[in-house]
Parts: sequence; structure tokens; C-alpha cells
Amino acid sequence: MTIPYFPGCTLSTQASGYDRSGRAVAAALEMPLEDLPEWQCCGATFPLATDNSMALVAPTRLLAEAERAGGHVTTLCAICFHVLRRTQVALAEKPEALERINWFTETPYEGGARVSHFLGLLRDEVGWEGVTARVTRPLAGLKVAPYYGCLLLRPEREIGLDDAETPTLLHDCLAALGAEAVSFPYEVECCGAYLSVSQPELPRQLSQEIVASARAHGAQALVTACPLCQYNLDSAQRPQNGEGVAANALPILYFTQLMAVALGLEEESWGLEGHVVDPRPLFEKIGDRLRSRLES
Amino acid sequence: MERALIIGGGIAGIQAALDIANSGYEVVLVEKEPSIGGHMAQLSETFPTLDCSQCIMTPRTVEVGHHELIHLYTYSEVERVTRNETRGTYTARIRRRATYVNWDECTGCGTCQEKCPFEVVSDFERGVGTRKVIYTLSPQAVPNKPVIDAANCRYLQSKADIEAGRVPAVNKRGKPAKPKCGACAILCPVGAIEWEQEDEIFEEEVGAIVVATGYDLFPQEQLKTYGAGRVPDVIDGMAFERLLSASGPTGGVVRRPSDGEIPKEVVFIQCSGSRDPEQGMPYCSKICCMYTAKQTILYHHQVPEGQAYVFYMDIRAGGKGYEEFITRAQEEEGAIYLRGRVSRLYRENGKVIVKGVDTLSGRPVEIAADLVVLATAAISRPESGRVAKLLGLSADEHGFFNSSNEEVSPLESGIPGIFLAGAALGPRDIPETVAQASGAAAKVLALFRQGQERLEIGDWRLEVGARGAHAPSKSHP
Repeated sequence: MTIPYFPGCTLSTQASGYDRSGRAVAAALEMPLEDLPEWQCCGATFPLATDNSMALVAPTRLLAEAERAGGHVTTLCAICFHVLRRTQVALAEKPEALERINWFTETPYEGGARVSHFLGLLRDEVGWEGVTARVTRPLAGLKVAPYYGCLLLRPEREIGLDDAETPTLLHDCLAALGAEAVSFPYEVECCGAYLSVSQPELPRQLSQEIVASARAHGAQALVTACPLCQYNLDSAQRPQNGEGVAANALPILYFTQLMAVALGLEEESWGLEGHVVDPRPLFEKIGDRLRSRLES
Repeated sequence: MERALIIGGGIAGIQAALDIANSGYEVVLVEKEPSIGGHMAQLSETFPTLDCSQCIMTPRTVEVGHHELIHLYTYSEVERVTRNETRGTYTARIRRRATYVNWDECTGCGTCQEKCPFEVVSDFERGVGTRKVIYTLSPQAVPNKPVIDAANCRYLQSKADIEAGRVPAVNKRGKPAKPKCGACAILCPVGAIEWEQEDEIFEEEVGAIVVATGYDLFPQEQLKTYGAGRVPDVIDGMAFERLLSASGPTGGVVRRPSDGEIPKEVVFIQCSGSRDPEQGMPYCSKICCMYTAKQTILYHHQVPEGQAYVFYMDIRAGGKGYEEFITRAQEEEGAIYLRGRVSRLYRENGKVIVKGVDTLSGRPVEIAADLVVLATAAISRPESGRVAKLLGLSADEHGFFNSSNEEVSPLESGIPGIFLAGAALGPRDIPETVAQASGAAAKVLALFRQGQERLEIGDWRLEVGARGAHAPSKSHP
């Protein structure tokens, strides 16, 4: 069974490692991702102005595309998921907005698309036991802090993926892979998000606090489902004086990257290149047992 | 029939009962808990005078307990009310739960409570203290007679196990199995423990009913932003009240639950579940601004070197001496008021880290607190729906009873002879509750008096009517 997939812009460029590992994991779980026949940017932000229907045109067009592809679309990017899901809910609650938007789009959206996040599919359709059953290289001994950020879960009423204050999705995912989920107080704190464009110092500071807290709680890495969180948390650890990355820096991984490792997939599919804090030594750090497994 | 039923033995029910009984009419007062006093009995002090709550209430509870005209049913609930159309009265069916203690024999000596080997978390102490399985709510309880909490009683549970055949009927030594424990029965000097006691049903006929069933508090477990009840040392205002109370679990010394330390920095969060349609109730609970100010003052008296912080949306202090009381908390007692909401809190290194915003300075605020007190919303009782059905009352979407007209007849239910008082109508403070209770009592007394007069006037009318003086004119519509 293939899953209609909307990769989005970021996963096609900056976060290609997320896309690559995600596709490989999905294929290994026998639900390969198949791109929507036609797609464009989702708009990247959900409009806060309730009367701004123009900002909903782009995501509505994607929902219409999903409808034509069978009525379901899944994403890996937490931001795309956030925008599509909220658009879907907003249009279901405001039929007059949908009618107005449909005047602008060549393919009318009928209001029946289902938007899912890949994590939700893992939990609800594969099941964590099902994931564990596929694990060939358990990440035993690896301590990872699950970092949810904001857009994946909030606002809870509309997104409905997990409890927005005390989520467990990434915890459960890590446990399924045999890793130890390290709970820490900044799990659902904001990383600074788009302010990395206009006020880069602010997300840098916020992200450093998040990483420092995860480290203080004993994590060896952080795992996320959002390319912007990954970028902010990773970039915040980029040295500013031209020196090397600090010895205690924490790699920021996508959950799909850890899954690709744990499911024993080809190393090319891990997509671990291009990180500020190179995650590859992590797998060496966690001991001979795992390294020998990785090599064999 | 000049006899009134009052449902609820909090300060509203107590006040109404005394007003009616002291006017010479009989009162039947029904209270669900083992003793009367309601929430007021849990409070340490009251605002804005800082009177000791127990001290100003005890004379009233004692008077109720001794009053010749007040029939007190505690540990009891009204199960059914039927209207007797011809007599214009109501008959209430009252279930008195089994206490397993013969209250006529019991002298209230307290030996059983002292010797009972089992302790459970106490609801009266709002989770920050324990009680024995045989217990009274407080040392000032009226009536000062204990009840046995059957669900947690070793004797009653093992007795039930034997009777239901869940344990062998014969023990290892070949003798018939006997229930375990029974310490209270063995040690009671007057033999008042009655293991075979069952619920009793009483029927009372009355001419008027006052509904004074009070309120409850929003469960902090539902406030996910504030730790959902899972972060240690985050308690609600009522629990803090118990920590302040001289008869409370810490003997009136404020000690935080996790390690018993005296907290040096305490954060109070107002509107916890009030004015918050997202995770709580949309309405203002009305009493929290004042009781939070009171708690900061009492805390300051206890821990002069400590610091209280209050996060608030705005201060609602409408009442005689209320605004001055807030000013006193801020200016004389050193509480730091921060206008803004708390976005989240978590535990780190034995502290509760509170993250919020001060909207007056426009800055985020982070406080490492030793204790956090949530001023949780006042909500309707979970059983208010059942009470409404019992009497045919109307309730709003939050479960508070509706008056027939909120402005001009706030105490009338719209049903003949049934009146409302206190926080069962919506959140309100003690002075307003007491005023309403006296008002409801006056309504009841007027009805009783009217009933007598109607008879008298009716007779008189009959007389003059016979003489034709008041014969209705046919031309008049």
C-alpha cells in the first residue's frame, strides 16, 4: 500500500536527509511514500488573521490535489503538516471560506481530504510493536531527548496528534527502536522558529537553552520531527569564532534517521551528512556492540 | 406545614437553618459529609478581616448541633423528593449512610481515631494530609462522632471477603475465618462500633426547601499547562489553606509536600482554570483574587523572609475593604504582583520553574519557586445535576442552579417553596453566601407566615364576601 506524500520545499532542499531517511523507512515498513502528482509550497505559515482566505489558497490547492490522489496525504515536515491540518479544519468549520477559495483554484476542494503526519501513521497503522518487530539494530544504550517543538502539536484542538503539553509520540518511537528516551523540561518549548530569519540571535539563544537542558538530563542527542527545529537547534551549536564544534555538542537527528539505522537500512538512506554537529560519531560513541552491529 | 428542609450543611445551610430555627420553626438539615461546616471549615482565615475561620464558625456549628428545632442528618443524602399537591408540602427521602459507629453510645473520646492503624489521603486535607480510616473531619467537628470509611477498612473488607467466599471459610488452624483488625471495636470504651450497621432511610415532610449545596474546585489534574497534577509542590489554593491552618496536617507551619521544607519563594497563579475557555471555565470565579491576596499575607506572616509572587490577569476586588486588602498585600506584606499568565512550569533540581510573562514590563519572567499555588476555579458540584433532577431545578451550562430571575428574585428557584442560596448558584464569597442564606431563610419564614395569614385572611374574606363587600363585579374582566 503506497501512501500519498507531500514532501514540501524544505525536505526537498535543506532537510533532504529527513526526506531520504523517511522514504527509506516507509518503504521498509511496506508503505512506500508516493509523491502527490503535483505540488507546490504549502505557504509555510498558517495565517493568524481569521479573515485572510488568500493565505489558505496554497494549502487548499494541495488538499484538492490529495483528494484527487485518493483523499489522503501524509507529511514528514511538521510545518507542512501544521499548515495542511489547520487548513483542513478551518475549511471544515467555515464552508463560506472554502467556497470563496474555490473561486480562485482550478481544481475545487470538496472538503474531504485526510491529513496525517508520518508519526501518526507509525503509531496508528504500523503500531510501535510493529516497528519494534522490524528493528534489527536496537539502539540500546543510546540516550536521546525527544524534542517536539510547537508546530507538530499545537494548537491541540485542531492538530489532535498528541497531548500538546505532555506528548509521548517521540518517546514511544524511541522506545520502539530500543533507545532510551530522556525526558527533559524543554520538550515542548519553542526553538524560535522563523525568527531565525529576522532576529537570528533570539532562536540561537532559545535553542541553546533547549540543547543545554537536554544535555544536563543526560541526552547524547536530540530527535525531532521538524526541519526548522532541527535547523535552529543544530545551527545554535555552530561556533561563531571559527573554531570547531564544541566537544559536548549534541547531534540533532530526525526520528526517521534513527529509524533508518535501527531498521538496518542502507547507510546511504540515513542522510546524516550536512549537519553542523556530525551525528555519525554518535554511533561510534555508544559502544562496540552497536558499532560491530552496524559494520556487520 | 411550617417545617423546612435544608440541603447542604456549609455556611449557607448553617445560616439558613439557624435563622429559621431561631424564629421558632423546625428545620431538617441534611449534610453529605460526616460533619457540618463545608468548605469554610477547611479555611485557615477569611478575607478581608483575617478572622480565624473555625473561630467564627464554631459557635454556629455548635448551635446547630444543640438546637432543639434542628434535626441534623450528617453523612446523609436526599434521595427523592415528592410533592404532595393537596397538602402543599414535600416529602424527602433521606439516606443516612452506615457509619458503623453507634452515635448515641459514642462519647467522641477519639480513642478509635488514635488507635486505628490505617491511614489514607484525606480529601478534607485536600491531599496534603492524611486521616485514619475511622475519622472525623476535624477536631472541631459537629457532630464530633466518627465514621468508618468502609472501602478502606481492613475489618469490613476482610469481613466482606469471608462472606463472599473470596477467602477460605476455615483458617490454617481449622477454625472459622475471622475478619482482621477490629482495633477500634476492641478499644472503644463504650462498645459503640457496630459492624452490622446498614444505611438507614428516613422520610421527612416539609413545607419549604433551601438548596445550599455549595461548590467544588476545578481539578488541577485537568490543567495541563500547570503540570496536570504531576509536578510535585504544585498545589491548589485549598491545599495551601490546609497548610496554613493551625488544625491542618502541618500544624499551621507552611511546609511543602515533597520534602517538608519551608518554602522561601511561593508563586501564586490566579485564574487557574477560570476565564480560560481553552482548558478551564470561561467565567470569573470571583473569590480567587481575594483569597490569593489573603494567602500571600498569611504566608508573609509565617515566613517573613519568604517572597510571594502573584501572576494575575487583573484584580477584581469589588467589596467593602477589598481593594484596601489587595493594596495591603502588595504594599505592606511585600507580595510581588505580575500582570500576566504563566505559560508552563516544570520541576528542576527540587524547584518548580515557573515561566510566565510580565505584560507591564513586557518581559518574560522565570521564577525558581519552592511551591506553586494554583487559584483553581470554583465549579459546580459533580452531583448538582442529580440535585437539579431531584427537585426540578434549572441549571446553567456549568451546573450552577438558575434563579427564577437573577436580578430581582435571585433566591427563588421558580418552584413553589424551593429557595436557593450560596455558591450552588455560582461562585461567591462568604459574606455574600451568608447574606443569601439569611435571605432564603427570610423567604421561607415569609412563606410560613403567609400560610398562616392566608388561612386567617381567607376566613375573613369568606366573611366579608358573604356580606357582599368584596363580591367580584360581573362587568369587571
